[in-house]
Amino acid sequence: MWRKRSGAGGETGEPRAEAVAETQAGTREPAALTIDALGRKCPIPIIMLADQINQVPMGAVVEVLADDPAAYTDIPAWCRLKSHAHVGSAEIPQGGWAIQVRRNY
Amino acid sequence: MVYLDAASTEPLHPAARDALLSALDAGWADPARLYGAARRAQMLLEQARADVAEVLGARPDEVVFTSSGTQAVHLGVLGTLNGRRRVGDRLVTGAVEHSSVLHAAEEHERGGGTVDVVGVSRTGRVDAEVFARAVSAPGTALACLQTANHEVGTLQPVEEAAAACQEAGVPLLVDAAQSAGRLPLPRGWSVLTASAHKWGGPAGVGVLAVRKGTRWRSPYPQDERERRRVPGFENVPAIVAAAAALRATAEEAATENARLSALVDRVRTEVPRLVPDVEVVGDPVLRLPHIVTFSCLYVEGEALLTELDRAGFAVSSGSSCTASTLRPSHVLEAMGVLTHGNVRVSLPRSVSEGDVDRFLAALPDIVRRIRASLGVR
Repeated sequence: MWRKRSGAGGETGEPRAEAVAETQAGTREPAALTIDALGRKCPIPIIMLADQINQVPMGAVVEVLADDPAAYTDIPAWCRLKSHAHVGSAEIPQGGWAIQVRRNY
Repeated sequence: MVYLDAASTEPLHPAARDALLSALDAGWADPARLYGAARRAQMLLEQARADVAEVLGARPDEVVFTSSGTQAVHLGVLGTLNGRRRVGDRLVTGAVEHSSVLHAAEEHERGGGTVDVVGVSRTGRVDAEVFARAVSAPGTALACLQTANHEVGTLQPVEEAAAACQEAGVPLLVDAAQSAGRLPLPRGWSVLTASAHKWGGPAGVGVLAVRKGTRWRSPYPQDERERRRVPGFENVPAIVAAAAALRATAEEAATENARLSALVDRVRTEVPRLVPDVEVVGDPVLRLPHIVTFSCLYVEGEALLTELDRAGFAVSSGSSCTASTLRPSHVLEAMGVLTHGNVRVSLPRSVSEGDVDRFLAALPDIVRRIRASLGVR
């Protein structure tokens, strides 16, 4: 909808929302586990992620494939709330995103 | 039913009901005509205009009545852009403005104009310095900023934005829909919009105020009504009721705000204590007195609203799959907070402490049951 945005860098004050996802979009690391949540509506992709993240070793990356627009915002927000790391979100050819999360604990 | 959705619409204030009933008898005639009943309608209309102007800090001849807050915003945005075509075609707006602002901005873009959206912090507040830089860019015709956000209650830095706009010579449209009548209006606006049913007036009355000296040209065909700014026959009884509600709400605000704000603080503290995995969003201090919003992890917003309704609580949600939209709220998205399992609680003047207690007592078990149904332990 919007083509131009001011303040995407969040130079002052609090870190601007979305900045993490925007600046890191495109980076895609090798994933220890891929969760296919395509076609599933939120909160299902996040429930799948929460269920399965402990299956990968500490410091490894889980990749969630999701096409519900809510997942694009909610998986990074989940990482923040749960102290895991959002690595990045990359668009995928079939539509949607590969959203990568590093297990922190 | 416990009604906790005042930000959607505040129940009619008793003062508005009384005013509406008497104005239906006294103010039905055409205020543009010259016989007795018409002059009476015109007197009522002009008295309402003077009352609304006084509470909003405007001059009566700057104030016109529209058919809704949305229409006031559409006219305010498009009319000011129209009046400033020779200056440029840049529109600056905050990322969490009401959809009426965003839709007017889309219309402006379709017509070839440019739109610059200023992002918000995690709490939903526009960065005043970024906003100031955006309005100082050459060719800026108009800037828009709400007084407070309608979904999370966060107050915006309107006076800082107004100072920057004044320095840049750019008019500032302030959308006061959620705060008019409740909080003093920030100074420095060029165009002000509001909506009567948000302050306890009837639906179908919006307010558009355009400061003297602000260039404005209607995007509509010519019409004689409301200083040629708003087309169509005025709903005089509803306008009279809107003015009565605004006066009453503004008079009660000092005591009512303190009461509602304490209840909101209680919800902000208790919900995360009673329900695991909840994020309360919006600014905890720089906020409206009556709105609090939180998101519950692993819960679908629609299921939450349905279960709360079944238990007798009326609330709203910015989650997708609710309110017939498949996209989550642009406000929550722009803040980068959880969009699913979202609940907005907004307290009307009639709310009691017991209502809030009952809500806090019912919520934990409802969330637990929905999570269990999705297999979340």
